[in-house]
Amino acid sequence: MFGKKVPLSGRNKQMVKIVDQPEGYEGQGFFATSLDKVIGMARANSLWPLPFATSCCGIEFMATMGSNYDLARFGSERLSFTPRQADLLMVMGTISKKMAPILKQVYDQMAEPKWVLSVGACACSGGIFDTYSVLQGIDRVIPVDVYVPGCPPRPEQIIEGVIKIQELAKNESLRRRNSDEYKRMLESYNIETK
Amino acid sequence: MEKLSNRSKLVVNKEMSFKERIYLPAILKGMSITLKHFFKPAATVKYPEQTRPMSSIYRGQHVLKRDEDGKERCTACGLCAVACPAEAITMVAAEREKGEEHLYREEKYASTYEINMLRCIFCGLCEEACPKQAIFLTDRIVDAEFGRAEFIYGKDKLVEPVDERVDISQRQIWSYNNENA
Repeated sequence: MFGKKVPLSGRNKQMVKIVDQPEGYEGQGFFATSLDKVIGMARANSLWPLPFATSCCGIEFMATMGSNYDLARFGSERLSFTPRQADLLMVMGTISKKMAPILKQVYDQMAEPKWVLSVGACACSGGIFDTYSVLQGIDRVIPVDVYVPGCPPRPEQIIEGVIKIQELAKNESLRRRNSDEYKRMLESYNIETK
Repeated sequence: MEKLSNRSKLVVNKEMSFKERIYLPAILKGMSITLKHFFKPAATVKYPEQTRPMSSIYRGQHVLKRDEDGKERCTACGLCAVACPAEAITMVAAEREKGEEHLYREEKYASTYEINMLRCIFCGLCEEACPKQAIFLTDRIVDAEFGRAEFIYGKDKLVEPVDERVDISQRQIWSYNNENA
């Protein structure tokens, strides 16, 4: 009835996977690469998530943080329950229209650079709740980087979403957050830019 | 006051003994529990490299089945779209032309068939409603994406390729057992 059983390897059998080194010039005793890549690597591997969990997807997120899936392997060990110190806003669950300004305020309070992961059908599009009181997708109020479908998604899918965010963080130019295009994007969401 | 249950315990604020006061035995006990876990196998499944076993009747990405001759089974009756609680399914029906008999099983077929994967809650009501055994949910999971547009799955992603059939026998056995239980 169940799928193929994968042997869960013991501690001694495991291979430790280390982050690949960025492209650059290498020689005896030195390694030179661009600042963009080093900072991107550092950012991608220490994303501090802020879980904005309002319903059942939040339970699935707890499973993701638990020892079976262990999101800490991706450098997201430390959950930040204050938006000021968070890099990644994970919105999990139904956001009602009354909750929308609060979500926007949370996004506003986060320091740049910041990313948003929308987890589950409700946060992404409203899901089955096509009613007067539910926000039809959080991208009506804040920009979203990665969407994770499912009701609720499996922890595997949430991890996949986080890996995608890491990819974004790794390849982002340092000037992007100062660009006019980015400011215009924020203004289109009526978010003040400093 | 009357007791509600007889499980209540009286709290005693007695003075701690010397053994309790130095805390060392309690700390060592805690440490030994921590140390024990060093020698236990790790519970973590390294996800992208390793996968966890998953139920074979998991409700994941949909598939539009073809029959034995490779003809599409869907006749665009629209029952799945009516049954869908999230209203995630849309379709356009078309009439089969002459010479297309090898593509579609019946005279009517869906020229476009789209499922919004962001709306979909993977409940399986479409599969239950289908009178032609055309749509099934499979144990494939839907990937995360950067943009909304990628989640509108059209026929290119939903219809199974002729040479790469998707096995849904486990789900069929399960629903057969459920109906006859």
